[in-house]
Amino acid sequence: MESLKVELKAKIIEVLNLEDISVEDINDNDPLFGEGLGLDSIDALELIVLLDKNYGIKLTDPKDGKAIFQSVETMAAFIAANRKK
Amino acid sequence: MVKTYINGVGSISAQKTFEGDFLEEIISNESENVIYAVQPSYKEVIPPASIRRMSKGVKMGIFTSNKALKEACIEVPDAIITGTGMGCVEDSDKFLKAILDNKEQFLTPTSFIQSTHNTVGAQIALGLQCKGYNFTYVNGAVSFESALLDAKLQLETSEANAILVGGIDETTQHTLDLYRLVNFIKNEKDQPFSVLNSNSKGVVFSEGSNFFVLENQQKTSSYATLEAINFFNELKISEVGEFICSFLDSNGIKIETIDAIVLGNNGDTQFDDYYTIASTLFSKTPQVYYKHLSGEYNTASSFGFWVASKILKNQLIPSAVKMNDLTKDNYTYVLLYNQYRGKDHSLILIKKC
Repeated sequence: MESLKVELKAKIIEVLNLEDISVEDINDNDPLFGEGLGLDSIDALELIVLLDKNYGIKLTDPKDGKAIFQSVETMAAFIAANRKK
Repeated sequence: MVKTYINGVGSISAQKTFEGDFLEEIISNESENVIYAVQPSYKEVIPPASIRRMSKGVKMGIFTSNKALKEACIEVPDAIITGTGMGCVEDSDKFLKAILDNKEQFLTPTSFIQSTHNTVGAQIALGLQCKGYNFTYVNGAVSFESALLDAKLQLETSEANAILVGGIDETTQHTLDLYRLVNFIKNEKDQPFSVLNSNSKGVVFSEGSNFFVLENQQKTSSYATLEAINFFNELKISEVGEFICSFLDSNGIKIETIDAIVLGNNGDTQFDDYYTIASTLFSKTPQVYYKHLSGEYNTASSFGFWVASKILKNQLIPSAVKMNDLTKDNYTYVLLYNQYRGKDHSLILIKKC
């Protein structure tokens, strides 16, 4: 689980081009949207593609996203439970 | 007739033109067939949250428009008009590559959203919260001139009082590879590269962004007045003289009235004859060239316009851009002539104010 979180943080930084932010700067429970990393709706779409492309998870109901994308912790837990690759 | 004043300028080019005195520090190039724009620190102008999604062209456009607006003391212009030959090609490349690499799946929105030609104008408007007229011209090597003409017409018909006008183009590896394949870019073996007295085909390619604030009022910051613009898609070499003379005639000006001619010589021997004709026509006039400093790109003429504006404001032709040894005590009229690959011929006339 820990290695998945580190991997996920690195992918988020890469995909969202978060300049000046390193893996160490993101805490597992930091909110991804609003406060914390300050991501927005376009980033949410990028994260949905990230899940599909890297872990084979397709989000069919957009409402699920709010809970899944709360933090790296919640994302990693969802990936661990649902990953297909 | 309402006059069009150039009241603010901003430039990013292969020279350090975003700061400092007028072409005081020169980076000379004879060995690279592609030269990249010298980048400023964008963090002072663009919020970090926005900057991460922006391609080089968008960043250059926002930075230079900001500089031009500040100089003209304009917070929000009435209109934003941009010209670009290739648009936001960096994001277009990314988006198209993602389609191929991922077999048309997993397409992300950011590159797609930012891949359109009008992204620069749109991002400037978003940053300024400018809800006025916003238009982007994509007309090859007269894209910038088209934007200038639109702005001039709008000022003359009192549709607007202050207009932000700019020319922007960025390079990407894939586009450069394609240009190399079709020999638009000079071959490595043809070094040293020269713009004047060249003996090889193709050009030294580059990128840049040059923005200007055009207004219907003179200010202390004014550089010059924009008197006239004309462009023509295709001309035979034998027609260039007539193109220039009839332009001057229609503006009631003789060849000897022009105090400096700014030529777009780019060192491509296939099309140098156009410039030779223009140069011969103005053999008794101080001549200026600039593409040895800026490189060639679809909106490189906007860099020429920046050079010409600076010449009139400073009443000085820097030695780095002198094509001949002629000088004048006063520079009142400056004419710019540009063409790319025998097409997109443009003439711009500006006057000291």
